[in-house]
Amino acid sequence: MSSADLAPKPEGILDTELDAESLRHRLAETWKTQSGLFGVLSSVDHKVIARRYLITALVFLCLGGLSAVAMRVQLSGPERGLIGPDLYNQLFTMHGVTMMFLFAVPIVQAVGLYLVPLMVGTRNTAFPRLSAFSYWIYLSGGVFVWVSFFLNMGPDIGWFAYVPLSGPEFAPGKRADVWAQMITYTEVSSLAVAVATIVTILKQRAPGMSLDRIPLFVWAMLVTSFVVVFAMPSVMIASSFLILDRLVGTHIFNPAEGGDALIFQHLFWFFGHPEVYIIFLPATGMVSAMVPAFAGRPIFGYLALVLSLIAVGILSFGLWVHHMFATGLPKLGASFFTASSMLIAIPNGVQIFCWLATLWSGGPLRLKTPLLFVFGFFFIFVAGGLTGVMLASVPLDLQVHDTYFVVAHFHYVLIGGSVFPLLGATYYWFPKLTGRMMSERLGRWHFWLAFIGFNAAFFPMHIVGLWGMPRRVYTYPVELGWGGINLFITAGALVFFFSFVLFVINLVWSSRHGETASENPWNAGTLEWATSSPPASYNFARIPVVTHSEPLWAERKALPVAAGLRVDAREVLISTVAEAKPDLREKSARPSIWPLFAALSVGGTFLGSIFTPWAVVWGAPPIAISLIGWFWPKGAPEDEE
Amino acid sequence: MRPPTGRIAGAVLLAFILSGCSGVQSALDPKGPAAVELARLIWFFTVLCAIVWVLVMGTIAAILLRRRQRRSDPLRIDQPEERMVSRVVISAVGATAFVLVALTLLSFFANRTLAGIGENAGLTIRVTGHQWWWEVRYENAEPSRILTTANEIHIPAGEAVRFVLQSDDVIHSFWVPALHGKLDLIPGMVNTLTLRADKPGIYRGQCAEFCGAQHAHMATLVIAEPRAEFDAWYAEQLKPAAEPSSDEQRAGHDAFLNGPCVMCHRIQGTPAGAVTGPDLTHIGGRQTLAAGTLKMTRGNLAAWIADPQGIKPGSKMPVMDLDGDELNAIVAYLESLK
Repeated sequence: MSSADLAPKPEGILDTELDAESLRHRLAETWKTQSGLFGVLSSVDHKVIARRYLITALVFLCLGGLSAVAMRVQLSGPERGLIGPDLYNQLFTMHGVTMMFLFAVPIVQAVGLYLVPLMVGTRNTAFPRLSAFSYWIYLSGGVFVWVSFFLNMGPDIGWFAYVPLSGPEFAPGKRADVWAQMITYTEVSSLAVAVATIVTILKQRAPGMSLDRIPLFVWAMLVTSFVVVFAMPSVMIASSFLILDRLVGTHIFNPAEGGDALIFQHLFWFFGHPEVYIIFLPATGMVSAMVPAFAGRPIFGYLALVLSLIAVGILSFGLWVHHMFATGLPKLGASFFTASSMLIAIPNGVQIFCWLATLWSGGPLRLKTPLLFVFGFFFIFVAGGLTGVMLASVPLDLQVHDTYFVVAHFHYVLIGGSVFPLLGATYYWFPKLTGRMMSERLGRWHFWLAFIGFNAAFFPMHIVGLWGMPRRVYTYPVELGWGGINLFITAGALVFFFSFVLFVINLVWSSRHGETASENPWNAGTLEWATSSPPASYNFARIPVVTHSEPLWAERKALPVAAGLRVDAREVLISTVAEAKPDLREKSARPSIWPLFAALSVGGTFLGSIFTPWAVVWGAPPIAISLIGWFWPKGAPEDEE
Repeated sequence: MRPPTGRIAGAVLLAFILSGCSGVQSALDPKGPAAVELARLIWFFTVLCAIVWVLVMGTIAAILLRRRQRRSDPLRIDQPEERMVSRVVISAVGATAFVLVALTLLSFFANRTLAGIGENAGLTIRVTGHQWWWEVRYENAEPSRILTTANEIHIPAGEAVRFVLQSDDVIHSFWVPALHGKLDLIPGMVNTLTLRADKPGIYRGQCAEFCGAQHAHMATLVIAEPRAEFDAWYAEQLKPAAEPSSDEQRAGHDAFLNGPCVMCHRIQGTPAGAVTGPDLTHIGGRQTLAAGTLKMTRGNLAAWIADPQGIKPGSKMPVMDLDGDELNAIVAYLESLK
């Protein structure tokens, strides 16, 4: 369609007809989330859903953190009897599963869900009901796995759940089924968010936001979402095959019947390695958003950074075998994966160098809490990236694989590379979400305790790993002399945990008593800072027109706006993929309770399928009914065409 | 920013260096050519990575210390400075690529060196992983000279030995850090690892792939001895179990053979011939019990038989209903099986 089709249509009230005051009033009426329980449960506002995601993920972070503390107390000395192997194995599995599937992936996707529509200047995500559905699925999956844990049915096979240990013969009971179905729940939800994010970014950008003006965080979310779409199905296949082996008696992973145990590892890590980048890439986007704001200049090397993001996204699918060097693969093939694993360090290096260049050549640095966390990120992540280079070497990996060295490495990468930017991002975007600043004083305490606690807890793990301590052991003998260093690690872990207590206190206190924030408290350049803090339900009263990659710096007087959208019905502006020319007006979904019902029936089916394959059959009618309700035509003109 | 962590890191680093001579299970204390090569590789990578890290941190320090002008317009870029920065960034990327290529090649050649170690292995030992112990079988062309034992692996020092690794249940990983890196034992697959201990000594290893409840208690000892001692040990192990020589031992012998023990264990030279659990023909001569869980002493042996589930919860050894006399007799008998 050409822009000629945008010519005013007769029906409805257009924003061109209203003054600023009544425009805001009408938009608020059209886009608001209804009050009452029903309204709350049927909300499709991306900000409301994202906030739920963020709070839920924070709860799971606390649970995952507590399970880590329990493990650290058990390991604080040799042959401690505080926690037996049965509980310990559940704890480390729950820790991994919670942190990876219930905290890290959902929280970065939630930040994206909140910020992407604001950053690209639109009123809602492309598939609002799908986003609502994904939250309910995520919530039910998380509740399901933790309730199972408290019923002593928590998975105890590690977050990777290798067969045959997780297979029917060696994992009787329902614990492994809980793992397999939990994967299915959370993957469905993250695929749903990924699809909505991709379409929002490709089709709903404000006029003028051509590909070279997309904020880097949005680029990062785009690449991440594509990685999700290609990686997640692999682990869903693995977990579904596993549940078939366990429940229906197939022998896909049973070598005695011609199956193959190793194929599970290939499927798992073909997802598992990109998973690391699913967690890490959005964090790089956050860094790319914070660094220019605090350096007071546009990012150095925008194009190089975009290409690095894409390169990392693609290369992340080519290194899964470095998790399997000890399985006895052919040596030449393994060496190929050494080379590819080394190769991914180059785009990551490019990113680091570009950020440092931005910080070097900007104005005076404002060392606020978000920037402190960015510096913490450099300190920790660079170290983690370098130990990653060590692990890429096949022979070297044979000594450190499955030892505490690897535990140290991936906590340096994941906490340093993702959690530190995420914490910085929380301080940075909190005023946008709540209209209040977070306490800078508590923030500084939080940073220093987290920084010191983290390094005290995880640096010594490199050493104890080289001394020969394997992962996933619930205790170790006195004679090996690992007691002292483990006690030190536990002390560091407690400091690190305490820093998060301060963080939660800061969040709660600041959301009530924090200093009131302006629209753009950091004087940043991207569109999310053009709306009120917190944003109104419709995000922007008039859709901004973008003339620069840092629109608020380029248009310091007033942002140009586009007009012509209806205000009495939910409409968003659809633009072209490359140049973001306005293309057509599109209805945006109204609130609906059906995503909740759909999630409940899908969730019930997953849950029931642990006990009988017939659950899939009995679950189908409720799913069909809720989908029919969800997609029931509303009588809008386009529906009738 | 740095003093507190600097001090901690310093103390930890000191501990790191001092550790070079401690530990029977340390990758940094290599006792065979493969582990020596790997330790060299680890140190080389560590030093190089540390240098890179220090350079990046130095840049950050320079960024923090740099004095700069307030900028009125955030979009105004100083072009000559930008070009200079571009050149630095491009050289840094180039240097990164160079270092990575060098490390990849180094890694590749180290792998070749490792592969070269095993070219003339004389002895072949088949190690089968079980939850949670190691079955050890010395292969021999002559069936009467095949030897089966458990958890302790004697090898001749200074000779390459081929380990054939397989599993009967779940995935395990055979890892003796002082001698070589780890290799998995995977059901349906056979992996081989060749290693050599340069000097006589006892090298501890431990399962390195999570294998269930008692993954933490699945250790092995590799005992390297001079060839003559090894041959003597081998000849001794080929003999059937010692006959009981006291009344108590005889009572233990009878209790063992009439009790539930024979359902799982074998003692050569007696009717006990099951292969579900470890072979006990010469258990009294071993240094540890229950795959490295306990030291072999009379007290520990009694404790293990009386309460295996208390000592190694989840292990496949059930609690037997034995009275005190029976227990003592069985302990006396097993202890005599040197």
